[in-house]
Amino acid sequence: MTEPLLAARPADTEPEPEPDAAEVSGLWTDAWRQLRRRPLFWVASVIILVLLVMAFFPSLFTSIDPRATDLAGSGSEPGPDAIFGRDLQGHDVFARAVYGAGPTLAVGVLATLGTVLVGALAGLLGGFRGGWQDSLLSRFAEIFAGLPFVLGGIVILTTFNPPGQPVPESRLIFQVVTTITVLSWPIAMRIMRAATITAKQQDYVKAARALGAGPLRIVFRHILPNTLAPVLVYATIQLGAFIGAEATLSFLGIGLKDPVVSWGVMIAESQDRVAQIPHAILFPAGFLVVTVLAFVMLGDAVRDALDPRGR
Amino acid sequence: MSEPILQVRDLVKHFPVTRGVVFRRTIGHVRAVDGVSLDLHPGETLGVVGESGCGKSTLAQVLMRLTPPTSGTATFEGQDLFAKRGADLTAWRRDMQIVLQDPYTSLNPRKTVGDVVGEPFDIHPEVAPKGDRRRRVQELLEVVGLNPEHIRRYPHQFSGGQRQRIGIARALALRPKVIVCDEPVSALDVSIQAQVLNLLSDLQREFGLAYLFIAHDLGVVRHLCDRVAVMYLGSIVETGTAEEIYTRASHPYTQALLSSVPVPDPSLRGRREAIRLEGDVPSPADPPSGCRFRTRCPKAAPVCAEDPPALEVRDGTDHPAACHFAAPPHLVRAD
Repeated sequence: MTEPLLAARPADTEPEPEPDAAEVSGLWTDAWRQLRRRPLFWVASVIILVLLVMAFFPSLFTSIDPRATDLAGSGSEPGPDAIFGRDLQGHDVFARAVYGAGPTLAVGVLATLGTVLVGALAGLLGGFRGGWQDSLLSRFAEIFAGLPFVLGGIVILTTFNPPGQPVPESRLIFQVVTTITVLSWPIAMRIMRAATITAKQQDYVKAARALGAGPLRIVFRHILPNTLAPVLVYATIQLGAFIGAEATLSFLGIGLKDPVVSWGVMIAESQDRVAQIPHAILFPAGFLVVTVLAFVMLGDAVRDALDPRGR
Repeated sequence: MSEPILQVRDLVKHFPVTRGVVFRRTIGHVRAVDGVSLDLHPGETLGVVGESGCGKSTLAQVLMRLTPPTSGTATFEGQDLFAKRGADLTAWRRDMQIVLQDPYTSLNPRKTVGDVVGEPFDIHPEVAPKGDRRRRVQELLEVVGLNPEHIRRYPHQFSGGQRQRIGIARALALRPKVIVCDEPVSALDVSIQAQVLNLLSDLQREFGLAYLFIAHDLGVVRHLCDRVAVMYLGSIVETGTAEEIYTRASHPYTQALLSSVPVPDPSLRGRREAIRLEGDVPSPADPPSGCRFRTRCPKAAPVCAEDPPALEVRDGTDHPAACHFAAPPHLVRAD
């Protein structure tokens, strides 16, 4: 994942000293130098790039309409007619998987971004400030952590979308992302808060304060680089979990729904007939696994690159 | 003697002990520093010695303005240290710096040595123009005996002694007048300790630094300190020149500390009378009445439980000690 990196950038690049271009060194430049040499990073990046192209321009990959049904071919095996076969409704599984990449990635990536940004900021603030601000934030987070995911999702989504009313696709995606973020940020906050409290007590923070460093410099230059790793790992794992969560909401009929296609919707639709039409669930599940794997590999590579001890 | 650069009077730092999560109540105080007064003159080294938990490091942190004092005053070059705010405080930090104890946690593992030593210039940009910083950092590395080519390495690529030199270079960057050394060698191998101590004394000569040198071992500070203050449970129990303390210690606690310094010559071993302290340091949350040291003192008498002894010069001694029965060491043996 790259979003926590981006979050650190604005405050980080600004006070960077500018030695001659050839001599540049520092955590981020060294990390990039390290990343470029990792095959794992390139494999993950290529997969993610392909998925992004698929999300934005699905028509490049298939000319078949994902919503076209061929009831005569319902459940037909993969073959020259439909390379991934057809599902119960006679949809082309490949076309649906391609068109499903966009909403799936949008939900997965945006929900991860939202969860990590909200949670990490709250965790940084609570862990760094401590005292009543920390208590307030932690208790507030516990309220959300205490809500069961499915129940919370049902309440939020049915409140905003009374059943039976058609909702535009982008608004639905936004609502699903918001729901997941609202119900999941406390975990990211706890991870970040714990890491921040650990980093805050280190002597290098004391030394920086003795030098006269302000709180912004301490947070962005000293604490954040040392707390990114656990959040990065959490984010890459959560990405897959969020795509799954979206499928759960879809299955309950409150998440994305027809005509919006997503891998979660496809899996939810097909899971009653795994035995009869296995390809209708295997192909979207395969796409999902490859996507999650690519993000996990990317997160792993970035985390390693950010740890100078591993070089 | 010249005007003291740092003057501390009756400094007190109590940490509240609280209980309860929602409704916090204070159930007591840990008296980490309890009425410490000391003077530090330009260019001298004042050793502050005491066991773990006696408040030495808290004293350093309060003086570095990392944590606020409970009461007491301190002046730096005549100005009230604890009244400094904002830009005034930041400007003062250039004059007083700290070298921390543990070289393994005092350097940010994700910053290059160049960034660590260069950070003072980022925070105080007026000290060095931007284009000049790299050269200044390399100079500093050279001054502390490190290879200036290693500017792009990370802390984990250095040994403990080298890391401590990096910490010293960082403290030195702003050309301070006073450096607080908070047990700078106690985490290092004995063979490396001497190197770092020699470096510190060379730097003192070169830059005219004053050190407030905190240690838990009288042996370590012996050849570095001009004056020594011995701390016990948050208070100074004896203070004097290095010679007075090392040859004519009059407080039983100092005498016990001195007798625990290892004797290098085996033939002399066992000849010296060893004073062994029994028991542990009492809790600073609930210190003994009267003299703090009486629970472990070989000379304790009923008066010690009632009347806390003042830090003053007594008959038969030539420097202040906080003991009713302060006496030079040979009198102890006659006891």
